Amino acid sequence: MGNVLTIIAQRLMLGLLTLLIVSVVIFAAVNALPGDFAQTVLGQGATPEAVAAIRQDLGLDRSPIQRYFDWLGDALRGDLGTSFAQANFASYTGTNSGATTVAAQIGPRFANTMFLAMVTATIAVPVSIILGVLAALYRNTVFDRAANIFTLSSISSPEFFLAYILILLLAVLNPLLPPLSNIYDGMAFSERLEKSLLPALTLTLVVTAHMMRMTRAAIINLLASPYIEMARLKGLSPARVIVKHALPNALAPIINVVALNLAYLITGVVVVEVVFVYPGIGQLFVDSVKIRDIPVVQACCLIFATAYILLNLTADIMSILSNPRLRHPK
Amino acid sequence: MNGISRRGLLQTGVAAGVLGLSGMPLRAQTRGGKLTAGLNGASTSDNWDGRTFSDLFMIAAAHGTVFDCLTEVTAEGQLVGELAESWEASEDAKTWTFNLRQGVTFHNGKAFGADDVIESLQLHVAEGSKSGAQPIVAGIEEMNKLTDSQVQFVLKAGNADFPYLMSDYHLIIYPAGQVDEAIANGIGTGLYEVVSFDPGVRFVGRRVDDHYKGDSAGFFDEVEYIAINDTTARMNALMTGQVDAINRIDFNTEALLNANPNVRIQEVTGNEQYTFPMHSQTAPFDDINFRKALKYGINRQEMVDKILQGHGSVGNDTPIGPANQYYAADMEPLAYDPDQAKYYMQQAGLDSININLSASDAAFEGAVDAAQLFQASAGVAGININVVQEPADGYWSNVWLKKPFCACYWSGRATEDWMFSTAYEAGVPWNDSQWDHPRFQELLYAARAELDSATRADQYGEMQMILRDEGGVLIPMFANYVQAVNNRIATSDTIGNLWQMDNVRMAERWWVA
Repeated sequence: MGNVLTIIAQRLMLGLLTLLIVSVVIFAAVNALPGDFAQTVLGQGATPEAVAAIRQDLGLDRSPIQRYFDWLGDALRGDLGTSFAQANFASYTGTNSGATTVAAQIGPRFANTMFLAMVTATIAVPVSIILGVLAALYRNTVFDRAANIFTLSSISSPEFFLAYILILLLAVLNPLLPPLSNIYDGMAFSERLEKSLLPALTLTLVVTAHMMRMTRAAIINLLASPYIEMARLKGLSPARVIVKHALPNALAPIINVVALNLAYLITGVVVVEVVFVYPGIGQLFVDSVKIRDIPVVQACCLIFATAYILLNLTADIMSILSNPRLRHPK
Repeated sequence: MNGISRRGLLQTGVAAGVLGLSGMPLRAQTRGGKLTAGLNGASTSDNWDGRTFSDLFMIAAAHGTVFDCLTEVTAEGQLVGELAESWEASEDAKTWTFNLRQGVTFHNGKAFGADDVIESLQLHVAEGSKSGAQPIVAGIEEMNKLTDSQVQFVLKAGNADFPYLMSDYHLIIYPAGQVDEAIANGIGTGLYEVVSFDPGVRFVGRRVDDHYKGDSAGFFDEVEYIAINDTTARMNALMTGQVDAINRIDFNTEALLNANPNVRIQEVTGNEQYTFPMHSQTAPFDDINFRKALKYGINRQEMVDKILQGHGSVGNDTPIGPANQYYAADMEPLAYDPDQAKYYMQQAGLDSININLSASDAAFEGAVDAAQLFQASAGVAGININVVQEPADGYWSNVWLKKPFCACYWSGRATEDWMFSTAYEAGVPWNDSQWDHPRFQELLYAARAELDSATRADQYGEMQMILRDEGGVLIPMFANYVQAVNNRIATSDTIGNLWQMDNVRMAERWWVA
């Protein structure tokens, strides 16, 4: 076990390094975009004086390197700053008080995104593993082909297209679900669930193929092993062979894929959130990139990167724990 | 548009108020029910501070629902009192006395009075304030409280539009001494009080039981505005009955709305205009004959048909639109005429000419296509337009006001003077055509302080004529406000054209059918 703890500690340190690199890349990328916050937010009113005034208010007149290190210093102390939009709005009144911090702004949005990710995972993970097992069990049958074709075509379509197809089928032609996922604080859980169902189904269609096909492939791969042959020779039913004998050994790759897809549910929801007007972090991210609101973009990216790092780490640890040979290396 | 009652009523607003009340449509307006609207223009940084308003969602929630101004513009375009009952001007239009409505209370129970007006207006000129209404309030020399229900404004220079300017959506009235609290929680004197507000997501308001507007307005028990910035999502929400009304429909899927028997499309022409300003002090645009050649070389009707897909009307190179008081509706329109264009090219001593036109869809949707249409129509007359496609990012900083000929848009202004002094007065920063015309300038100053409506109409008429014939801005089209409601909601026949969604007063003017 000590071994696993060492790995965790190592990986967390590497994770922090990754976050640092991510923050540099994002900062550079947003700065490389044409136009800055002052120009974008002023729009038609972007006279040189007005642009200069906003830049000065927000400290955008400092050099990029200085701005980055100021931001980094604050971030290391846990202060992600105030979004440019908030600070700029507050400055309309002549004072800089009353602007909420990035953390306070992102908090509820992130909670909403996590809620959507959980609803999706609750549907998608069981469905894809069961489909994968069934496809392995009835491989090369009509069922297997149909499941493959369906999941592959859904993963191959752009998310907004799937979203509109689902809206057409489940909201316009058969009004079963609301196409507007405007959830808010204080909404009853059942209503919240109902409103989140269409985006969750869209995301399910997007992530199912990957998980299902990995499950199927991992199991089929094992079916050629001698111990499976042994199980078959013992006279076990195909279902029992797969679920009891093959599946536990196929867990490592499956867990890996599930973790990757969960990370995708947090970071990849941008388009789906916009289509369904779901007030999550993805929508906030899009809005912030549009107006070059660097503090919010940075914070969102750090959250995305952290989600990937942690879920990958979890995947690795789970595959170690599920594999006795890795658990007790020589 | 009915302009008769407004003209001649400028100096005193008593009668206007009466007219406004008696002008209510005599339809069966039932109280009760709920309005749910899907609106764009929302942002997570939204709040109840009038100084920060710039987009539809907050203007509708604050100006149209929770707060009141001193005056308001009716759907018919008349100016009537809102928190002010009547007003009177001195001969030189410099001193204005407003009589305030009595017995009005804020949502927190505080009585409304003169102090509230003075303190609320002063917010806009506070040190460091960047309020959009700063220029309006900065024009006030002093504000005097005569009695609890009477305020006197002394202006720096005469301004006949002053009561009109007091209806501006930034200038909402807060309770004096409780401004911070009122901004934090949304406490106004409007027909609806705030039940819940989630910036960038939704707003819910509940009808105030006992309101000074009584039974003449505010027919819903509850209103809910949902922030839907994505056009397709807004269309879906309306089609599936999630919301009762949406602003800005998507023209590409308009046919689907038309096919839905439960949905009606509302279309009004306001002041939003798509323009091509040229630097009229720089060659070749400094030659009036060349400007005239351009005016005849642009096919306005084609642009309305192809760029606006019919949702608009042709412009005549004047920024004064149908939502303005002195809009010269009967002015002879400029039509596409290649022969005339050629004639004026000869007058300018030109056989053919190459010019650059900078455009980007940041200026307006379809600006690049519009520039290409212009290229084709002007080419016939020997005007070879080279369309320079500029990047959308930084367009307003790097192209507009800098390049001699480019694409642009204006959402228009409520008064002629405001529009002209923003973009057509010599030397102002946003004068995008470098317009400097002695007679125009003279009329601008004269009309500003002129209280007689007939004289003003003549003055503004002449100014529009000057711009049509000589002006440095091509204004080929005015874009309509196009919105949609479902049949659960009834509206009066006249829909306001100053702003989208019935001058953003749908919560006040519409009712459950």
